[in-house]
Amino acid sequence: MTISFIRGIGKATISLISVIGCACLFLLRALWGKPHKNLFSLFIRQVFQLGILSLPIILTAGLFIGMVLAFQAYYVLVNYAAEQSLGSMVALSLLRELGPVITALLFAGRAGSALTAEIGLMQSTDQLASMEMMAVSPFKRIIAPRLLAGVIVLPLLTLLFNVIAIFGGHMVGVTWLGIDSGAYLSTMQSSVHFGGDIVNGMIKSAVFAFLITWVALFNGYYVVPTSQGISHSTTQTVVISSLFVLAMDFLLTVLMF
Amino acid sequence: MITDHLQIKNLQFSRGNRLLFDNLNFTFERGKITAILGPSGIGKTTLLKLIGGQLTLDSGEIIFNGKAIHDCSDEIIYDARKKMGMLFQSGSLFNDLSVFENVAFPLREHFNLNESLLVTLVLMKLEAVGLRGARYLMPAELSGGMARRVALARAIALDPELLMYDEPFSGQDPISMNVLLKLIQQLNKTLGLTTIIVSHDVKEVLSIADNLYVLANNKIIAKGKVDEVMQTDNALLQQFLNGDSEGPVPFHFQCEDFQSELTRVCE
Amino acid sequence: MSQRKVELWVGAFVFAGVLAFFVLVLSVAGISLKGVGSTYIVYGEFNNVGGLKTRAPVKVGGVVVGRVTDITLDTKNLTPIVKISMYKNKGVYPETSSLSILTSGLLGAQYIALIPGFIDDEDNGVLKNGDKISDTKSALVLDDLIGKLIYSKNKNKK
Repeated sequence: MTISFIRGIGKATISLISVIGCACLFLLRALWGKPHKNLFSLFIRQVFQLGILSLPIILTAGLFIGMVLAFQAYYVLVNYAAEQSLGSMVALSLLRELGPVITALLFAGRAGSALTAEIGLMQSTDQLASMEMMAVSPFKRIIAPRLLAGVIVLPLLTLLFNVIAIFGGHMVGVTWLGIDSGAYLSTMQSSVHFGGDIVNGMIKSAVFAFLITWVALFNGYYVVPTSQGISHSTTQTVVISSLFVLAMDFLLTVLMF
Repeated sequence: MITDHLQIKNLQFSRGNRLLFDNLNFTFERGKITAILGPSGIGKTTLLKLIGGQLTLDSGEIIFNGKAIHDCSDEIIYDARKKMGMLFQSGSLFNDLSVFENVAFPLREHFNLNESLLVTLVLMKLEAVGLRGARYLMPAELSGGMARRVALARAIALDPELLMYDEPFSGQDPISMNVLLKLIQQLNKTLGLTTIIVSHDVKEVLSIADNLYVLANNKIIAKGKVDEVMQTDNALLQQFLNGDSEGPVPFHFQCEDFQSELTRVCE
Repeated sequence: MSQRKVELWVGAFVFAGVLAFFVLVLSVAGISLKGVGSTYIVYGEFNNVGGLKTRAPVKVGGVVVGRVTDITLDTKNLTPIVKISMYKNKGVYPETSSLSILTSGLLGAQYIALIPGFIDDEDNGVLKNGDKISDTKSALVLDDLIGKLIYSKNKNKK
């Protein structure tokens, strides 16, 4: 009983370590060496796939989150007669935490799962293998442009999310709850720091983007080639990358603020 | 000119704990059709992937055009792959590209051709498989046989010297089966391609093959010219070639005696 | 979708992203595009800086003329030194100016008020880069104040 338990732990550890090694080699093969000759146009197409197609959900979510944030914050702040600080409260919580994290979670759900399903289908129908047989490296042709596009797209989406959420907060705070528009903006401006808040938020977002696309591509590439395998990998991508995002967010927050 | 286009020496390969190939030797003659037959699950597809360098072998050598390609840099294997074509079982067309773009894909990847030359080349390849009219269709709109023909056109787009077919006839209706058979033979004759067909459709394959290897139990149980092999007196071989249900390959999965198991269950 | 259309969309997307960045920088963080122009550094020597933070504004009659960039301790005298960068385009101040740390509102953030001194034509010039202002009033620490109040009340009773 105890022996088999210990053996189980050992087995799990070994397989975890080998998965990590496998994932690192995967990354290396995608990024090392001569890039594909059409990398830029492939990259642009992926920015479209990952970025433009994620825009509706990101913008809608951003607007509503900004609105609800302003609403909730107002009812706490008004108890201390500090409702004038609503702008600073909304802006800081968005720029530092909510913007990067929620955008990353939505991105994992929308774009990460799509990536895994796409690559997984290509893998299970031998499309990647046949590409390899045509002397075209799927790592350079398929994986690398998607990875780069993911890392660029998510910070941009986060910026848009932040702006529209702050606008949503402004809408609720100023037009509905009657806070002075000038106060909303000026408390925001006096409390938000460029380096400490905006740049750190962007760094977080870039780290999340890298993790999510890496997990998504890896899961797709090493899919079990059945329809069940693809659905399993897709779920796996969303779950694992979301957990990574939250854990990494804590780590980065401790380091930054 | 070397007559042996591709040579495999002392091939040993196992997947997980299962030994798939145990010290096998193959030679594939230039310009000939070589068939590799064997029951399902014997690792015939794996053999093709080993030749293409997609899997690494445990030990042994693979020599293509007099050059070892089993343990070499990526550059050498990529160069070798440009001279190989492979038709996968599923066709494996890129389903986000049209038929035309699928065939154009390897050309676009490897050369910077101007558009008119590219169109000419692609149409030539599509004409060869009789699907010039289907160029604007998407892979999802093709039947299985047509998809395989498009994949064939794509496989010969780079004018390879060696063409490998993985189960080209499985799941085909008689018409498209015959079309494929004719195509394979035609390509072999007109382009002088060295052809390797991996299959378990005995009758069809034997009608066009020059040389034959039969695999069973990790071993080659027969090899040589087709007519010679057909004459060999080997129970396992004859069972496979004739498709008998009983013989050295038993109908029953290995287990204890039925009588004794029944008695035990009833007790 | 044609490559051209894709490019157009992506271009618009990136443009929107950059625009969003500038919106955040300009109107949310409140950093002026013109920048603050060139600055010069002066030092203020205080006894107690209280809750003063870096980036706190330096005001003359309520108008921001500079910012606190650093707060350190002079290890020899064991007094806090506040490093201030003054905006060059906000005028010049005599050397005799004084600094005091004030609080905006009852519990608000602390800032430095600069009270311009008189200009003596001969002896002293204007504040220059690296100058030190020693005529300072320290921050009002509320706890001390309350303590003093209670003390004086008690003394009066006796």
